[in-house]
Amino acid sequence: MFDVNEIRKDFPMIVNRPDLIYFDNGATTYKPQSVIDAIVGFYTGYTSNVERGDYETAAKADKAYDGTRKIIAKLIHAEPEEIAFNANITASLNQIAYGLSRMILKEGDVVLTTEAEHASNLLPWFRLQKDIGIKVEYIPVDRQGVCHIEDVKKAMHDKVKVVAMAHVTNVLGSVQPIKEIAAIAHENGAFMVVDGAQSVGHRIIDVKDMNIDFLGFSSHKMCGPDGVGVLYGKYKLLQQMEPVFMGGGMNARFYPDGNIILKDAPIKFEAGTPNIEGVIGLGAAAEYLMHLGMENIMAYEKDLRAYFAEKMLHLDNIDFYNPDNETGPITFNAKGVFAQDAAGFLGSRNICVRSGNHCAKILHDIIGTDQTIRASLYFYNTKEEVDRFVEAAKEISIENAIGIFF
Amino acid sequence: MSSTSELLNNPEILRELIMDHYQYPHNHKLVEDDSYQSVHMASDSCIDDITVQSRIKDGKIEDIRFDGVACTISTASTSMMSDLLKGKSVDEASSIINQYFNMIDAKEYDPDVLEEAVAFKNVYKQANRIKCATIGWKAMQQMISESEGSDEH
Repeated sequence: MFDVNEIRKDFPMIVNRPDLIYFDNGATTYKPQSVIDAIVGFYTGYTSNVERGDYETAAKADKAYDGTRKIIAKLIHAEPEEIAFNANITASLNQIAYGLSRMILKEGDVVLTTEAEHASNLLPWFRLQKDIGIKVEYIPVDRQGVCHIEDVKKAMHDKVKVVAMAHVTNVLGSVQPIKEIAAIAHENGAFMVVDGAQSVGHRIIDVKDMNIDFLGFSSHKMCGPDGVGVLYGKYKLLQQMEPVFMGGGMNARFYPDGNIILKDAPIKFEAGTPNIEGVIGLGAAAEYLMHLGMENIMAYEKDLRAYFAEKMLHLDNIDFYNPDNETGPITFNAKGVFAQDAAGFLGSRNICVRSGNHCAKILHDIIGTDQTIRASLYFYNTKEEVDRFVEAAKEISIENAIGIFF
Repeated sequence: MSSTSELLNNPEILRELIMDHYQYPHNHKLVEDDSYQSVHMASDSCIDDITVQSRIKDGKIEDIRFDGVACTISTASTSMMSDLLKGKSVDEASSIINQYFNMIDAKEYDPDVLEEAVAFKNVYKQANRIKCATIGWKAMQQMISESEGSDEH
């Protein structure tokens, strides 16, 4: 049923570059032919702007663009009018932080987050800390980056108005118990904001079941094109929220005296001509994923990661930081070798991984290092690739890392 | 002379040089001394984070020091830079730095003035590592230009 060798044929990058082992899926993912076809189809068959479908191709563009809301709503179990498109998850999180700052947040209020967040879920809140005097507080996480319910309860108090965290953390792949945390947040009258960058497209996402208030994610991390993000919000909250950008397309009418009547959500969050090709491509990506089945994708990734983790645990030259997580990257270092040197060596063997300080505070405090290598999988990766990776990982040494320059 | 340049054409020797300078970097300790200028190089990438210090007096680089978290290429290239430019006049140093940047950009350069630093002659083939191979050199170039600026006052 889930035949990875058949699936691999859908991806031109895999077909064209069979020499590469692409384990940098946490950064971005390959695109199936159907996504590329959808984008090319728009440019070659019905190029038009949206929201003014007075002629045939424009109506077709409208249908494809707006139709993507339905597809995305199905993927995350939301309603189509709860889906707004923007540039990426960073735009979503900035919109949420700004919107909440205009809606409810005031001096002394607290945004509760974790020690394992990506910069995009910290810096917008840090700015509010400086600008309006809110406070950012942290729920501690364990050595695998997981945040525990008891610690959430301990960290919760009257001043907490927002709980904002990643569903799956980007450095360690820890899966946070979002549903339970959202319940605690709501009991205390706080909103639940979720960064879905590393979870949507990898896991079954049900925003209703988790009962979260806001979710952001990026198209390019789930087989879709670059430059498209999704903002999900409960409809009544989106209606109350003020958009970051003002301009064309999002207003119903405006008057010389400065009075503006905005359109309803989600359109009011889409000022200016949107990334139409990108949204159409994202729709094709979500359809592709649902066709494979999110359950199947989840199960395959879990099995592949467990296989990978087991092999990595047996390598003497490797410090492996997150063996117990069931999803997300394999995060490691080669003993005594600086992460970028090791990644450069793997790169010379046609293995694509990411090295670096993954913008998360947790690394230093919890793992005890600032730099790591992140090998992140997707459903089109194989056990054969893992085997080839493990053979190369055995050879990581300073000598070999310098050797790539000669 | 010819034997030195032969050695510096041997990949094994060059690899050993990088290795030595990485494992036992020279001038690898910062000082707390107001007569030193200091540049913190941390904004170019989120990986390398080094500080380079130098004391420049009467147009001469009297001392160069550095420390920080960095990869083999950053550490070794900065270590070699510190050896090579220490004791040189500001003019000589600027000319050597230019030769080094020429090499890194795969342009014509004079290997003789670069001495051991020719070990980085192939870095241009790994575009993402050019920042690593130039981080310490850029810091030194910045301090030289700052020292020249302050001389004018």
